[in-house]
Amino acid sequence: MDYRSSESYAGPRSEDTLPATATAAVKVVIVGGFGVGKTTLVGSVSEIRPLTTEETMTQAGVGVDDLAGIEQKTETTVAMDFGRISINDQLVLYLFGTPGQERFWFLWNGLFEGALGAVVLLDTRRMEVSYDVIGRLEERGVPFVVGVNAFPGAPRYPMSELRAAMDLDDSVPMIDCDARDRASCRDILMALMRYLYTLTTVSPEPQ
Amino acid sequence: MNGSRPDNEPGAEPPGNPDRLYILSTAETRARPRTHLDLVTLIVSRAEPDPGLQPEHAAVVRMCDFPLSVAEISAYLELPVSTLTPMLTELLSDGKVEARPPVPAAALPDVRILEAVMHGLQKL
Ligand SMILES: Nc1nc2c(ncn2[C@@H]2O[C@H](COP(=O)(O)OP(=O)(O)O)[C@@H](O)[C@H]2O)c(=O)[nH]1
Ligand SMILES: [Mg+2]
Repeated sequence: MDYRSSESYAGPRSEDTLPATATAAVKVVIVGGFGVGKTTLVGSVSEIRPLTTEETMTQAGVGVDDLAGIEQKTETTVAMDFGRISINDQLVLYLFGTPGQERFWFLWNGLFEGALGAVVLLDTRRMEVSYDVIGRLEERGVPFVVGVNAFPGAPRYPMSELRAAMDLDDSVPMIDCDARDRASCRDILMALMRYLYTLTTVSPEPQ
Repeated sequence: MNGSRPDNEPGAEPPGNPDRLYILSTAETRARPRTHLDLVTLIVSRAEPDPGLQPEHAAVVRMCDFPLSVAEISAYLELPVSTLTPMLTELLSDGKVEARPPVPAAALPDVRILEAVMHGLQKL
Protein backbone atom coordinates (compact mmCIF):
# COMPACT_ATOMS: atom_id res chain seq x y z
CA MET A 1 0.00 0.00 0.00
CA ASP A 2 2.76 2.42 0.88
CA TYR A 3 4.03 2.69 -2.66
CA ARG A 4 5.89 5.95 -1.99
CA SER A 5 8.56 4.03 -0.15
CA SER A 6 8.88 1.27 -2.73
CA GLU A 7 12.05 1.14 -4.82
CA SER A 8 10.43 1.54 -8.20
CA TYR A 9 8.16 4.43 -7.30
CA ALA A 10 8.86 7.58 -9.26
CA GLY A 11 7.39 10.68 -7.72
CA PRO A 12 7.59 12.97 -4.74
CA ARG A 13 8.27 11.71 -1.24
CA SER A 14 5.16 12.09 0.90
CA GLU A 15 6.62 15.17 2.59
CA ASP A 16 7.10 16.77 -0.83
CA THR A 17 3.50 16.52 -2.01
CA LEU A 18 1.29 19.58 -2.33
CA PRO A 19 -2.04 19.70 -0.52
CA ALA A 20 -5.04 18.56 -2.57
CA THR A 21 -6.29 22.15 -2.28
CA ALA A 22 -3.45 23.55 -4.42
CA THR A 23 -5.34 25.32 -7.16
CA ALA A 24 -2.90 27.34 -9.20
CA ALA A 25 0.74 28.22 -9.50
CA VAL A 26 2.83 31.24 -10.37
CA LYS A 27 6.46 31.34 -11.41
CA VAL A 28 9.50 33.53 -11.07
CA VAL A 29 12.59 33.05 -13.22
CA ILE A 30 16.13 33.37 -11.87
CA VAL A 31 18.47 34.19 -14.70
CA GLY A 32 22.20 34.69 -14.89
CA GLY A 33 25.45 33.34 -16.28
CA PHE A 34 27.03 30.00 -15.45
CA GLY A 35 28.10 29.68 -11.81
CA VAL A 36 26.45 32.89 -10.66
CA GLY A 37 24.37 31.17 -7.97
CA LYS A 38 21.00 30.38 -9.59
CA THR A 39 20.78 26.83 -8.29
CA THR A 40 22.07 27.96 -4.91
CA LEU A 41 19.37 30.62 -4.67
CA VAL A 42 16.62 28.19 -5.65
CA GLY A 43 17.90 25.68 -3.08
CA SER A 44 18.08 28.29 -0.34
CA VAL A 45 14.37 29.08 -0.43
CA SER A 46 12.78 25.95 -1.89
CA GLU A 47 10.69 23.69 0.34
CA ILE A 48 11.72 20.72 -1.79
CA ARG A 49 15.21 19.68 -2.79
CA PRO A 50 15.73 21.45 -6.16
CA LEU A 51 14.66 19.33 -9.12
CA THR A 52 15.82 19.36 -12.70
CA THR A 53 13.67 19.43 -15.76
CA GLU A 54 14.89 19.18 -19.31
CA GLU A 55 13.74 20.94 -22.38
CA THR A 56 14.80 20.02 -25.86
CA MET A 57 14.47 21.99 -29.00
CA THR A 58 15.27 21.20 -32.55
CA GLN A 59 16.82 24.21 -34.16
CA ALA A 60 17.19 24.57 -37.85
CA GLY A 61 20.37 26.32 -38.75
CA VAL A 62 22.59 26.75 -41.74
CA GLY A 63 26.21 25.93 -41.11
CA VAL A 64 28.50 28.86 -41.77
CA ASP A 65 30.97 26.76 -43.70
CA ASP A 66 28.26 24.88 -45.48
CA LEU A 67 28.77 25.77 -49.13
CA ALA A 68 25.72 23.85 -50.24
CA GLY A 69 23.61 25.85 -47.79
CA ILE A 70 21.88 22.70 -46.60
CA GLU A 71 19.76 23.17 -43.52
CA GLN A 72 21.14 21.41 -40.50
CA LYS A 73 19.06 20.46 -37.55
CA THR A 74 20.53 20.40 -34.11
CA GLU A 75 18.87 19.06 -31.01
CA THR A 76 19.61 21.19 -27.97
CA THR A 77 18.90 19.97 -24.48
CA VAL A 78 19.01 22.31 -21.56
CA ALA A 79 18.50 21.42 -17.93
CA MET A 80 16.72 23.85 -15.67
CA ASP A 81 16.78 23.65 -11.90
CA PHE A 82 13.68 24.60 -10.06
CA GLY A 83 12.22 24.73 -6.60
CA ARG A 84 8.91 25.40 -4.95
CA ILE A 85 7.43 27.54 -2.19
CA SER A 86 3.87 26.93 -1.04
CA ILE A 87 2.41 30.38 -0.52
CA ASN A 88 -0.79 29.14 1.09
CA ASP A 89 -2.99 26.09 0.71
CA GLN A 90 -4.12 27.22 -2.75
CA LEU A 91 -1.24 29.10 -4.32
CA VAL A 92 2.21 27.72 -5.17
CA LEU A 93 5.26 29.67 -6.29
CA TYR A 94 7.81 27.95 -8.53
CA LEU A 95 11.32 29.32 -9.06
CA PHE A 96 13.17 28.36 -12.24
CA GLY A 97 16.86 28.95 -12.73
CA THR A 98 17.79 29.43 -16.36
CA PRO A 99 21.13 30.19 -18.01
CA GLY A 100 21.48 33.70 -19.35
CA GLN A 101 23.67 33.13 -22.40
CA GLU A 102 22.06 33.94 -25.68
CA ARG A 103 22.19 30.38 -26.97
CA PHE A 104 19.68 29.40 -24.27
CA TRP A 105 17.17 32.07 -25.04
CA PHE A 106 15.06 29.59 -26.99
CA LEU A 107 13.87 28.39 -23.58
CA TRP A 108 12.44 31.72 -22.68
CA ASN A 109 9.20 31.53 -24.59
CA GLY A 110 7.55 28.88 -22.46
CA LEU A 111 9.38 29.98 -19.36
CA PHE A 112 8.48 33.64 -19.25
CA GLU A 113 4.95 33.22 -20.52
CA GLY A 114 2.84 34.01 -17.48
CA ALA A 115 5.86 34.50 -15.19
CA LEU A 116 5.43 37.18 -12.53
CA GLY A 117 8.90 38.50 -13.19
CA ALA A 118 12.58 37.71 -12.97
CA VAL A 119 15.60 38.01 -10.73
CA VAL A 120 18.81 38.74 -12.64
CA LEU A 121 21.85 37.52 -10.75
CA LEU A 122 24.81 39.71 -11.54
CA ASP A 123 28.32 38.36 -11.30
CA THR A 124 30.75 41.28 -11.21
CA ARG A 125 33.43 39.05 -12.73
CA ARG A 126 31.41 38.55 -15.91
CA MET A 127 29.08 41.42 -16.53
CA GLU A 128 28.51 40.92 -20.27
CA VAL A 129 26.05 38.06 -19.75
CA SER A 130 23.92 40.12 -17.40
CA TYR A 131 24.06 43.07 -19.74
CA ASP A 132 22.65 40.98 -22.58
CA VAL A 133 20.06 39.37 -20.32
CA ILE A 134 18.82 42.73 -19.08
CA GLY A 135 18.50 44.01 -22.62
CA ARG A 136 16.53 40.96 -23.63
CA LEU A 137 14.20 41.16 -20.62
CA GLU A 138 13.52 44.82 -21.34
CA GLU A 139 12.72 43.94 -24.95
CA ARG A 140 10.28 41.29 -23.81
CA GLY A 141 8.74 43.58 -21.21
CA VAL A 142 9.54 41.24 -18.31
CA PRO A 143 9.83 43.13 -15.00
CA PHE A 144 12.96 42.23 -13.05
CA VAL A 145 15.18 43.12 -10.13
CA VAL A 146 18.96 42.68 -10.02
CA GLY A 147 20.78 40.78 -7.29
CA VAL A 148 24.48 41.43 -7.03
CA ASN A 149 26.24 38.31 -5.83
CA ALA A 150 29.42 38.97 -3.91
CA PHE A 151 32.04 36.33 -4.64
CA PRO A 152 35.32 36.32 -2.81
CA GLY A 153 37.96 38.08 -4.86
CA ALA A 154 35.38 39.53 -7.24
CA PRO A 155 35.78 43.19 -8.09
CA ARG A 156 33.61 45.48 -5.97
CA TYR A 157 31.88 48.44 -7.49
CA PRO A 158 29.53 51.00 -6.02
CA MET A 159 25.91 50.24 -6.96
CA SER A 160 25.70 53.46 -8.93
CA GLU A 161 28.59 52.34 -11.13
CA LEU A 162 27.03 48.94 -11.71
CA ARG A 163 23.76 50.61 -12.55
CA ALA A 164 25.45 52.82 -15.08
CA ALA A 165 27.41 49.91 -16.54
CA MET A 166 24.18 47.94 -16.95
CA ASP A 167 22.30 50.93 -18.39
CA LEU A 168 19.68 50.34 -15.75
CA ASP A 169 16.81 52.66 -15.09
CA ASP A 170 16.81 54.19 -11.58
CA SER A 171 13.48 52.55 -10.84
CA VAL A 172 14.82 48.98 -11.18
CA PRO A 173 15.82 47.68 -7.73
CA MET A 174 19.43 46.51 -7.31
CA ILE A 175 20.32 44.64 -4.16
CA ASP A 176 23.40 42.93 -2.75
CA CYS A 177 22.69 39.29 -2.14
CA ASP A 178 24.23 36.06 -1.01
CA ALA A 179 22.55 33.16 -2.76
CA ARG A 180 23.62 30.80 0.03
CA ASP A 181 21.66 32.74 2.60
CA ARG A 182 17.94 32.04 2.87
CA ALA A 183 17.05 35.43 4.33
CA SER A 184 19.00 37.20 1.62
CA CYS A 185 17.18 35.20 -1.09
CA ARG A 186 13.83 35.87 0.52
CA ASP A 187 14.67 39.59 0.55
CA ILE A 188 15.43 39.63 -3.13
CA LEU A 189 12.19 37.84 -3.98
CA MET A 190 10.36 40.25 -1.72
CA ALA A 191 12.03 43.16 -3.53
CA LEU A 192 10.73 41.75 -6.81
CA MET A 193 7.19 41.48 -5.42
CA ARG A 194 7.30 45.05 -4.07
CA TYR A 195 8.59 46.29 -7.39
CA LEU A 196 5.81 44.46 -9.25
CA TYR A 197 3.37 45.90 -6.76
CA THR A 198 4.48 49.46 -7.54
CA LEU A 199 4.32 48.78 -11.27
CA THR A 200 0.79 47.47 -10.85
CA THR A 201 -0.58 50.11 -8.53
CA VAL A 202 1.17 53.26 -9.72
CA SER A 203 -0.33 54.59 -12.90
CA PRO A 204 2.11 55.83 -15.51
CA GLU A 205 3.01 59.50 -15.37
CA PRO A 206 1.12 61.63 -17.87
CA GLN A 207 3.38 62.78 -20.67
CA MET B 1 -14.17 19.72 -11.38
CA ASN B 2 -16.63 20.21 -8.58
CA GLY B 3 -14.69 23.19 -7.27
CA SER B 4 -14.14 21.69 -3.87
CA ARG B 5 -12.99 24.29 -1.39
CA PRO B 6 -12.05 22.41 1.72
CA ASP B 7 -11.97 24.17 5.08
CA ASN B 8 -14.17 26.92 3.74
CA GLU B 9 -17.80 27.31 4.57
CA PRO B 10 -19.59 28.25 1.39
CA GLY B 11 -19.88 31.98 0.90
CA ALA B 12 -18.07 32.80 4.12
CA GLU B 13 -15.04 34.63 2.76
CA PRO B 14 -13.41 36.65 5.50
CA PRO B 15 -12.87 40.07 3.90
CA GLY B 16 -9.35 41.36 3.47
CA ASN B 17 -7.55 38.10 4.04
CA PRO B 18 -4.94 37.82 1.28
CA ASP B 19 -4.63 34.09 1.90
CA ARG B 20 -8.10 33.45 0.62
CA LEU B 21 -7.78 33.87 -3.05
CA TYR B 22 -10.21 34.19 -5.81
CA ILE B 23 -7.92 32.19 -8.05
CA LEU B 24 -10.08 29.10 -8.04
CA SER B 25 -12.91 30.82 -9.83
CA THR B 26 -10.56 32.87 -12.01
CA ALA B 27 -8.60 29.85 -13.11
CA GLU B 28 -11.81 28.05 -13.99
CA THR B 29 -13.47 30.81 -15.92
CA ARG B 30 -10.37 31.77 -17.88
CA ALA B 31 -9.20 28.26 -18.66
CA ARG B 32 -8.65 27.89 -22.35
CA PRO B 33 -10.83 25.33 -24.09
CA ARG B 34 -7.88 23.28 -25.33
CA THR B 35 -5.70 22.91 -22.29
CA HIS B 36 -2.37 24.58 -22.82
CA LEU B 37 0.22 22.97 -20.59
CA ASP B 38 2.59 25.34 -18.85
CA LEU B 39 5.60 24.21 -16.79
CA VAL B 40 3.58 25.13 -13.71
CA THR B 41 0.19 23.74 -14.73
CA LEU B 42 -0.83 21.49 -11.84
CA ILE B 43 -1.87 17.95 -12.76
CA VAL B 44 -4.12 15.87 -10.51
CA SER B 45 -5.33 12.30 -11.08
CA ARG B 46 -9.03 11.66 -11.34
CA ALA B 47 -8.81 7.91 -10.84
CA GLU B 48 -6.56 5.07 -9.81
CA PRO B 49 -4.15 3.99 -12.55
CA ASP B 50 -5.87 1.21 -14.47
CA PRO B 51 -3.94 -1.86 -15.56
CA GLY B 52 -4.41 -1.07 -19.25
CA LEU B 53 -2.22 2.03 -19.07
CA GLN B 54 1.31 2.09 -20.41
CA PRO B 55 3.89 2.11 -17.59
CA GLU B 56 4.86 5.78 -17.93
CA HIS B 57 1.24 6.90 -18.18
CA ALA B 58 0.45 4.82 -15.11
CA ALA B 59 3.40 6.40 -13.29
CA VAL B 60 1.98 9.86 -13.99
CA VAL B 61 -1.47 8.89 -12.72
CA ARG B 62 0.08 7.33 -9.61
CA MET B 63 2.31 10.25 -8.69
CA CYS B 64 -0.42 12.83 -9.26
CA ASP B 65 -2.71 11.62 -6.50
CA PHE B 66 -1.81 15.02 -5.06
CA PRO B 67 -1.29 17.99 -7.40
CA LEU B 68 2.09 18.17 -9.16
CA SER B 69 3.38 20.69 -11.68
CA VAL B 70 4.33 19.58 -15.19
CA ALA B 71 7.93 20.52 -14.30
CA GLU B 72 7.92 18.22 -11.27
CA ILE B 73 6.47 15.30 -13.22
CA SER B 74 9.14 15.82 -15.86
CA ALA B 75 11.84 15.84 -13.17
CA TYR B 76 10.61 12.72 -11.41
CA LEU B 77 10.17 10.75 -14.63
CA GLU B 78 13.41 12.18 -16.05
CA LEU B 79 11.60 13.02 -19.27
CA PRO B 80 12.00 16.24 -21.26
CA VAL B 81 8.93 18.42 -21.12
CA SER B 82 8.47 18.02 -24.86
CA THR B 83 8.17 14.23 -24.41
CA LEU B 84 5.90 14.50 -21.40
CA THR B 85 3.43 16.98 -22.88
CA PRO B 86 1.84 14.60 -25.43
CA MET B 87 1.46 11.95 -22.71
CA LEU B 88 -0.32 14.43 -20.47
CA THR B 89 -2.53 15.59 -23.33
CA GLU B 90 -3.61 11.98 -23.86
CA LEU B 91 -4.28 11.42 -20.17
CA LEU B 92 -6.27 14.65 -20.08
CA SER B 93 -8.45 13.75 -23.02
CA ASP B 94 -9.04 10.27 -21.55
CA GLY B 95 -10.13 11.93 -18.31
CA LYS B 96 -7.45 10.15 -16.29
CA VAL B 97 -6.07 13.43 -14.95
CA GLU B 98 -7.23 17.00 -14.70
CA ALA B 99 -5.19 20.17 -15.23
CA ARG B 100 -5.27 23.24 -13.02
CA PRO B 101 -3.95 26.08 -15.15
CA PRO B 102 -1.55 28.66 -13.71
CA VAL B 103 -2.77 32.06 -12.65
CA PRO B 104 -3.64 33.57 -16.03
CA ALA B 105 -0.93 35.58 -17.70
CA ALA B 106 -1.52 39.27 -17.77
CA ALA B 107 0.61 42.24 -18.71
CA LEU B 108 1.07 42.83 -14.99
CA PRO B 109 0.27 40.46 -12.16
CA ASP B 110 -2.78 40.93 -10.01
CA VAL B 111 -2.15 42.80 -6.74
CA ARG B 112 -3.98 40.14 -4.78
CA ILE B 113 -1.55 37.51 -6.02
CA LEU B 114 1.39 39.76 -5.14
CA GLU B 115 0.00 40.36 -1.67
CA ALA B 116 -0.43 36.65 -1.14
CA VAL B 117 3.13 35.93 -2.30
CA MET B 118 4.60 38.64 -0.07
CA HIS B 119 2.62 37.26 2.82
CA GLY B 120 3.94 33.77 2.06
CA LEU B 121 7.55 34.93 1.70
CA GLN B 122 7.43 36.65 5.06
CA LYS B 123 6.96 33.24 6.62
CA LEU B 124 10.16 31.85 5.10
N1 LIG C 1 30.47 33.57 -2.16
C1 LIG C 1 29.36 33.18 -2.77
N2 LIG C 1 29.36 31.99 -3.41
C2 LIG C 1 28.22 31.61 -4.03
C3 LIG C 1 27.06 32.43 -4.02
N3 LIG C 1 26.09 31.81 -4.74
C4 LIG C 1 26.62 30.65 -5.18
N4 LIG C 1 27.89 30.52 -4.74
C5 LIG C 1 28.77 29.38 -5.05
O1 LIG C 1 29.06 29.41 -6.45
C6 LIG C 1 29.04 28.11 -7.01
C7 LIG C 1 28.09 28.04 -8.20
O2 LIG C 1 26.75 28.25 -7.78
P1 LIG C 1 25.49 27.64 -8.55
O3 LIG C 1 24.30 27.95 -7.74
O4 LIG C 1 25.70 26.21 -8.89
O5 LIG C 1 25.50 28.48 -9.89
P2 LIG C 1 24.53 28.38 -11.17
O6 LIG C 1 25.37 27.85 -12.28
O7 LIG C 1 24.11 29.79 -11.46
O8 LIG C 1 23.36 27.49 -10.84
C8 LIG C 1 28.66 27.18 -5.87
O9 LIG C 1 29.84 26.56 -5.40
C9 LIG C 1 28.07 28.08 -4.82
O10 LIG C 1 28.32 27.59 -3.52
C10 LIG C 1 27.11 33.67 -3.30
O11 LIG C 1 26.12 34.42 -3.24
N5 LIG C 1 28.28 33.99 -2.71
MG1 LIG D 1 22.79 25.72 -11.86
